[in-house]
Amino acid sequence: MSILLKNSPVLILALPLLAAFLIPLVGRINKKIVGTFAALTLAFSLILTILLAVKVVTVGTQVYVFGAQSSGLTLPTGLNVPIRIMFQIDAMGIFMGLITATVSFLGAVYSLSFIRKPEGMDKFYSLLLLLTVGMFGMEFTGDLFNLFVFLEIASIASVALIAYRGIDMGEPAEAGIKYMIVSSISALVVLFAIGIFYGEYDVLNIAAIASMIKYSQMDKIALALLLPVLAMKSGAVPMHMWTPDAYSEAPAPITMILVAASQASLYALFRVVFSLYNINSNTFAAGWIIIIFGVLSMFIGVTMAIVQKDIKRLMAYHAVSQTGYMLLGVGVGLAVLSNPVALKEYGITALEGGIFHIMNHAMYKGLLFLTAGALFFRTGTRNLNKMGGLAHSMKFTTIFFIIGAAAIAGLPPFNGFASKLLIYESVYKFNPLLSIIAMVVSILTLASFVKVFHSAFLGPKLPRFNEVQEVPQSMVFSMAILSCVIIFFGLFPDLIVKNLVHPAVMALVEQVNYTGTVLGGM
Amino acid sequence: MKEMSKIVKTVANYVYGFIIIFGFYIIAHGHLTPGGGFQGGAVAASAFALALVSYGSIKSQRFLKKDIFSLFENIGLTLFILLAFSGLGITFFYNFLANSGSWFGAAAIIGVNPGNMNTGGLIPLMNIAVGLEVLSALGVIVIIMAKGAEFTRKKENS
Amino acid sequence: MIDNLPYIAVAFFIGLGIFTLMYKKNLIKIAIGLCLIENGVNLFLITLGYKKGAVAPIYTMAPAGQNMVLPTPQALTLTSIVIGIATTALVLSVAMMIYKHYGTLDTDEVRRLRG
Repeated sequence: MSILLKNSPVLILALPLLAAFLIPLVGRINKKIVGTFAALTLAFSLILTILLAVKVVTVGTQVYVFGAQSSGLTLPTGLNVPIRIMFQIDAMGIFMGLITATVSFLGAVYSLSFIRKPEGMDKFYSLLLLLTVGMFGMEFTGDLFNLFVFLEIASIASVALIAYRGIDMGEPAEAGIKYMIVSSISALVVLFAIGIFYGEYDVLNIAAIASMIKYSQMDKIALALLLPVLAMKSGAVPMHMWTPDAYSEAPAPITMILVAASQASLYALFRVVFSLYNINSNTFAAGWIIIIFGVLSMFIGVTMAIVQKDIKRLMAYHAVSQTGYMLLGVGVGLAVLSNPVALKEYGITALEGGIFHIMNHAMYKGLLFLTAGALFFRTGTRNLNKMGGLAHSMKFTTIFFIIGAAAIAGLPPFNGFASKLLIYESVYKFNPLLSIIAMVVSILTLASFVKVFHSAFLGPKLPRFNEVQEVPQSMVFSMAILSCVIIFFGLFPDLIVKNLVHPAVMALVEQVNYTGTVLGGM
Repeated sequence: MKEMSKIVKTVANYVYGFIIIFGFYIIAHGHLTPGGGFQGGAVAASAFALALVSYGSIKSQRFLKKDIFSLFENIGLTLFILLAFSGLGITFFYNFLANSGSWFGAAAIIGVNPGNMNTGGLIPLMNIAVGLEVLSALGVIVIIMAKGAEFTRKKENS
Repeated sequence: MIDNLPYIAVAFFIGLGIFTLMYKKNLIKIAIGLCLIENGVNLFLITLGYKKGAVAPIYTMAPAGQNMVLPTPQALTLTSIVIGIATTALVLSVAMMIYKHYGTLDTDEVRRLRG
């Protein structure tokens, strides 16, 4: 047991990787057990992530060096720069890791009933596990080039999953190629910026570069390159064009995992801006750029969402809008990072709101996409004009949809209210206009979900949906777990903010802790 | 794709073996000379592309089967990850065979020398696993794209 | 000036790649444009490791008292080339799927998802 816990940063990644390579071999023996195999592996990863989270929050930042004599040996004998690839898991990394572990496990359980054709099933689960490995790698790594490699693994796996249904129809292939071109360009520009860092400082470790960064002209160019492309991967406006197509054409459990993958790119952006640069850069300018991305995303996302007829496309535009909330909160925190009085007064609260919103968004947006998938599974259509009166036959799905819609609109006692209140309060002290725009967007979100609820669920029972019944057990299980998490986070937000979110925010704000763990020789 | 003339087929018959042997040479000597798993696998996979182009996509399906390539790809990948797991007693990816005296365990000689193949530890084994994987994966890609070309030709001619 | 020639080549490659992505309409040409940008970035990474008067970093041919070119960017470039192969294979396969369902490779026609 202790060997599991000592090597847990690696086992969380390596076991799904081994399972992803074994699944085609297992599939040759028996095609039907590949789903259960994948779900069991991801359950094991989830348990290890929870144990590692307890360890990180109580003990401190964990470091795991690959190939060294012992796992904590960051500086080799006689050198004072780290040369091996290492995983550095601080509170922010394990926060995102918890989101990834939950979402991918529930996605795998949901796919047990959702994916019905047995021909491509082993490739589907193999790609799902590879996407999970890519996301975990982005969130745990302490090395810049390793971040690029895992970013590319996640992008390639998600393109293949978006185009999964493209064998029978053409639209998923179109969505897949749009996403592939966008993510390819963004990964190549990230590689260019990594090349600039390597050319200047001769090391690739994030903590080592952070301790010697000088904000010269080349560093300004690298920051100007990295900021838009990592926001492009997360779906911020004006680079959001791939989001509606990709999220609506992927199978429903994959869309839930794709939302977490976009948030992993958002995590990479925050890691670069906070742990690599911190107060050495012009945080006011960088903060305002992130705030402008956030406000544009919020407003354009929700206004485009109101007019949609396709239920998953509507939810995808809402995902763009909610990403704007996260960018707004963290942007305000970044803009006041050099100003200790303002930071203590409202900056830390803004950061807490933005980062708490990441976890809340993954939970309620995942639940909403799963309910949309349940509707598609039983009725065969995604068009709101053709649906109606489904609350009579699908009672569980209706309840889960109400919970998800109330959470996204920010109604108490669900978790959306807690994080949105933190954002409203702190952003108001920074600039009142931004807070008012955020509140108006929240009202429009509620309006569009009332529209969806009315079209899909309310009304008389339609004759063509006579034999529609409730969805299978594994799909209800996934949706139920997400609803329980939403209600729990909504009733006890103080517990979560104090134990998970506040250590994450302090790990981002204080760069000294990040570099000290690696370079202090601990 | 149509098959090519008799001259091309005869030359391809002779050259095919040399290309694969050259690819394996690059894979096996990856820890001494430039090369390694990926480069050698790509060179060896070009032999399959040569066979596909010279014999045409219909006739080459008799000896280039997608299922066998897929199986070898999975074996190569699993072997790589199991080799990485084998050092887990100390750390992941730990090279426990280097400088240890057993298989691939001699110490490396410094300076200009012809190179001792017995050095390197886990690195040559991982090179072989990666080379097998790249060889098979590129073979699968080439075969499937040839089938796609066949489908397009039928569609455009009908 | 002659030392900066690889960097000028990098700028040329990336500029040509971006031009191809913006102005060409055939999906295969867009895939070629992605390949060009990727070649430019790989060339940039290798050029970063150059030192004047140094030899290739091969372990068994290292004469005493001479500098070697930095080997780490060569490892980074190799990884990037492998990722580029996977990306190109995937883009071409998805383009084949699009041709099968839409009947054309012109991006002006492949527009069923809009709004």
